Amino acid sequence: MLDRTLIPESKQVDEINFISPKKQELDNGIKVFTVNAGKQELVRIELVFENVNWKESNPLQAIAVSHLINNGTKTLTAREIADKVDYYGAFLQTDYGADQSSIKVYTLNKHLGSVLPILWSVLNESIFPQQELDIFKQNQQQSLKVSLQKNDFIARKNFANAIFGNSAYGSNIEVEDYQAIQRDELTSYFSAAYKPENCTIFVAGKFEESEFDTLNAIFGKEWNNVDASVINHFSFDQSLTGEIFIERPDAVQSAIRMGMRSLNRTHTDFPGFQVMNCLLGGYFGSRLMSNIREDKGYTYGIGSAIVSMKDSGYFFIATEVGADVCANALVEIEKEIGLLKSELVADEELDLVRNYMLGSMLGSLENAFSHADKFKNIYFSGLNYDYYDNYIKTVKTITAEEMKVLANKYLNTEEFTSVIVGKK
Amino acid sequence: MVDFNRFTLANGLRVLVHEDDTTPMAVLNILYDVGARDEEEDKTGFAHLFEHLMFGGSVNIPSYDEPLQRVGGENNAFTSNDITNYYITLPATNIETAFWLESDRMLSLAFSEKSLETQRNVVCEEFKQRYLNQPYGDVWLKLRPLAYQKHPYKWATIGQDLAQIENASMEDVKAFFYKHYNPQNAILVVGGNVKTEDVKILAEKWFAPIPAGNKYLRNLPKEPVQTTERKETVVANVPLNAFYMAFKMPARRDSTYQAYDLMADILSQGQSSRLYNSLLKEQQLFSDIHAYITSSMDEGLFIVEGKLSEGVAMEDAEAAVWAELTKISTEEVTETELTKVKNKSESIMVFAEMSLLDKAMNLAYYELLGDAQGLNTEIDKYLAVDAPKIHDAAKKTFVREQCSTLYYLTSENA
Repeated sequence: MLDRTLIPESKQVDEINFISPKKQELDNGIKVFTVNAGKQELVRIELVFENVNWKESNPLQAIAVSHLINNGTKTLTAREIADKVDYYGAFLQTDYGADQSSIKVYTLNKHLGSVLPILWSVLNESIFPQQELDIFKQNQQQSLKVSLQKNDFIARKNFANAIFGNSAYGSNIEVEDYQAIQRDELTSYFSAAYKPENCTIFVAGKFEESEFDTLNAIFGKEWNNVDASVINHFSFDQSLTGEIFIERPDAVQSAIRMGMRSLNRTHTDFPGFQVMNCLLGGYFGSRLMSNIREDKGYTYGIGSAIVSMKDSGYFFIATEVGADVCANALVEIEKEIGLLKSELVADEELDLVRNYMLGSMLGSLENAFSHADKFKNIYFSGLNYDYYDNYIKTVKTITAEEMKVLANKYLNTEEFTSVIVGKK
Repeated sequence: MVDFNRFTLANGLRVLVHEDDTTPMAVLNILYDVGARDEEEDKTGFAHLFEHLMFGGSVNIPSYDEPLQRVGGENNAFTSNDITNYYITLPATNIETAFWLESDRMLSLAFSEKSLETQRNVVCEEFKQRYLNQPYGDVWLKLRPLAYQKHPYKWATIGQDLAQIENASMEDVKAFFYKHYNPQNAILVVGGNVKTEDVKILAEKWFAPIPAGNKYLRNLPKEPVQTTERKETVVANVPLNAFYMAFKMPARRDSTYQAYDLMADILSQGQSSRLYNSLLKEQQLFSDIHAYITSSMDEGLFIVEGKLSEGVAMEDAEAAVWAELTKISTEEVTETELTKVKNKSESIMVFAEMSLLDKAMNLAYYELLGDAQGLNTEIDKYLAVDAPKIHDAAKKTFVREQCSTLYYLTSENA
């Protein structure tokens, strides 16, 4: 008779294999990192550019360029770019991040040779037509107005500004900032940022020598953009700490976002912090979820995270809770942080978190794309694969005492910024 | 191409295995053939609330999540109007833990009062977070009952209102479980670094002893043909005027379904699409415009929704959308447009094979449609669509008498 109360035998994840990319250079010196893996005849090519020439008075410059770069070149209109890319079943995506901007193309291998010239034109010949800029400004203002009705959006925006000020990490974008964008600022940013010296390419999927040759033939020559640039670096003043309450009288839920500036991936405590964060609010079984959702039913979800950026990092806890239980939820969050600082984590719970994190790391290496993403994380932090070895070692061996030390060192609630949007 | 092996246990449970040795992980996906359409009208939101309760412990295992996380696994689930789907990903070496957990909750739940109490609250907070506390969040709560008068698609999966969720009782929970959660109403897919022979042994060990239960025979009211145009206006504290048009379209298994899907793509997929270029870029009437289909198992909806640019009159915006719908109903789409959306569909299907979980979910869904092999032949159905077929679909669909429009106005415009 089958005894269903007995847990089947299991093993802790032992081996996690990372595929490190092959490093090559195009004729013009652009570094290309390739994870050549997978069965499908497809490839993702990502060109990443450091953000440059930050001006506080002009916080949307890089964002607008990233949005509008595929909206018209010397040889192709916005419509023609979209038509061609779609015709080949490809996807062209632009992404703006706090430190880098990127442009990614996903395509079946059979269309690579047709798709890359479109991408070259976008990266070299974009003209940022005034009409496209006007439509962008109008529609972004409207979309911002919709976002400004969302409590969690308001909380995120105010929190970032309180801890990072008017840097690219915290810039408090308003509707007027969109109105102020000028076309010549886009063209000047484009020619300063989108150039070979500032470009790194990451390739994932099926990508052999012949595909590399195609890439080199198109992107390995001289580019049009040559203007001087200074890569962004930020330093920060004192955060605005304490509580920021933004009342929304009609709210049925309140958004809470609290935390502080913290370390980033380059710091030796970072992997340990990740274990502590996971236990507190980093997975479904975390203490915050168990208490505030699964025990009290105050929220649909609550979580915490540690985010690494080039010149900083931050820790935050975020949730949306019933307006009537907002005060109770704040007390419970405070209580959970206090417990981490005052009591040792039981072995059973720590083991659970270790196993969960190892399984999660293994599962996050699903395909060529995820291997390339893992490499990008360390590459832009100036680290190598020792980082992941150390991470895995830390997850396996960190002690309850070390966790308590980390909690006392980094979770100083008196230095927290707490944003509450809704009702208290 | 997603290869699979298939067998059925004596109790009726269908099992599919997809072997993929490029990953150290495994997925166990279980689809129950029950969704919000199977609810009673005075107990809506129940299929989804029940999905939450499936994590509240089963008859022999007090905690579902904890032992799974302990072996490095993760799980989640979703409920739609048609199905409820649960999935686990974990290191393949620990796959038996997934069998143990999933089979025990198919056998029977713990039916804990505490879990019911908590999850009622959690779902009410989910209702507030996603539907009440968001601008335009309640659109589907209003649009469904406008478009459907008889069929249970008239309510959203979250339910008609908070009160019905608050009133859910333990008796309701038990009745729902015994009616829908048994081997005959489920499809199990195991994928990843596994071997079919091993999966057979594990399935026999853990799932075969579960009683077959009663097969649920679905008999839902049919939606009558809509013969008059329907309109409703909502006024709310939102920044922009918007509208949502819903037209009836054939069910997912209908032979013309793919023509509708491609028609939606021609109108609205990406920056080369018709609505985006004509209405947003050229005429600048909208800041946001989309067309899409609900892909429902019964008669579904073809939706066109847009947020108006500031200063644009509703009549002008609406007339411009109708002009586009009339155009596609009177002129055949071009070969280039058709090739484009077919190429895109092919790409999307190949890219979906990058994800083990997507493959497992898709196998389960196509098995529900009738045959998992359909996943591998679906693209042929898309490639077989020609311009006259899209023309036919448009003519049948974009008729004023069959349109339900929800106007969503800012308080200033009221």
